[in-house]
Amino acid sequence: MRLTLLALLAKEPAHGYELKQALEQIFGSAYPSPNIGQIYVTLGRLEKDGLVRAVDVEQSNRPNKKVYYLTAAGREILDTWVDEPSEGPRVRDEFFMKLVLAPMTGIADRMAMINRQRRHYLGLMRDLNELAERTDPDNRVALLLVEGAMLHLQADLDWLERCQEDLS
Amino acid sequence: MTSPVVPAVPVVETVNLVKIYQDGGVPVPAVRGVDLRVGPGEFVAVMGPSGSGKSTLVHMIGGLEARTSGEIWLDGQRADTLGESAWALLRRRRIGFVFQFFNLVANMTVADNVELPALLAGASTREARRRREYLLGELGLTARADAAPSQLAGGEQQRVALARALANEPSLLLADEPTGNLDSRNTRDVLRLLGEVHRDGQAVILVTHDARVASLADRVVSLLDGQIVDDGGAGLVRRRPRGSAGDVVELRG
Repeated sequence: MRLTLLALLAKEPAHGYELKQALEQIFGSAYPSPNIGQIYVTLGRLEKDGLVRAVDVEQSNRPNKKVYYLTAAGREILDTWVDEPSEGPRVRDEFFMKLVLAPMTGIADRMAMINRQRRHYLGLMRDLNELAERTDPDNRVALLLVEGAMLHLQADLDWLERCQEDLS
Repeated sequence: MTSPVVPAVPVVETVNLVKIYQDGGVPVPAVRGVDLRVGPGEFVAVMGPSGSGKSTLVHMIGGLEARTSGEIWLDGQRADTLGESAWALLRRRRIGFVFQFFNLVANMTVADNVELPALLAGASTREARRRREYLLGELGLTARADAAPSQLAGGEQQRVALARALANEPSLLLADEPTGNLDSRNTRDVLRLLGEVHRDGQAVILVTHDARVASLADRVVSLLDGQIVDDGGAGLVRRRPRGSAGDVVELRG
């Protein structure tokens, strides 16, 4: 969240609510929209760390609003983030731990565990299908996010199949 | 676990179905005692690792491969004991096939490819043509009716293959990796049509490795080493509490 907000502020200064709206607009329903409290807490921390600064802007009939802008230190952190490659996904799968460990203790049957997990993944895939259907076809960003999630799930299912072949 | 309500007469029923290939005198079991019932209008996906017997199973159901032992019933009629020609007749009337490789007749137009099965099954030319026009329209292929299959892109060819399979309004559509060669946009079109077929009350048995395709089915049958190891709804058994759909993306991201 910190870096997401810094990136948005690098585009233009904004107040908290505008940042929330920008996130919703860019990612659509494909990404959980952050709650406004979380955004203000994060902005407060960024300010404390000197990465953003706030100015009070007067509004008629309303309390002043705080408009945030990026500082030079914030810009530097953002540049570092953008320039570094991001971590790849790691296999530290909770289900795999269960699958390997539970049968050792005699409390579970591997085949049944794999079948349950497969159904669960397929249910998630169905949700993603529905999400893709509901997503505005012009929102390329949101659709790509959904497609990425689908490809990850397909890989999880393929791996599950490998586990079933080799462990059962 | 909710088991699907299977009406008295299934579209397909297999009883202890077995297929053993001979490889230089060595028996290689591909399907080892499958009992499968599929009701009218059901959409069943068959998944499993390669070599688990998925394709062999649907080929036997469609009469494209002979069984080694066991029974196959179609619409309440014993099919595996039929002779070659009676089998072929039954197949033309009741079963549509879609494969990963489209198997279109190369020297016939798109329109003729789609009309052929209806004509073979004894439909009048007028009826065959009406059906062909409807299907090509549904699949956005009307403008391509006079093209040769080789002039079409892969996704279009697969849609033609699907139209051909549906030309007889079969009570059963068998599909073997129908989206295996398609990009995601074409996959979506094929899936949409399968969904419509399904809504029209035709049963679909679809072999697939694509979880997106399988997740749309009413039931997913999982095969391993020629046997059914799971048969049930795709995560429908126990519906997860739903937050925003975006949670799914974050979960997988």
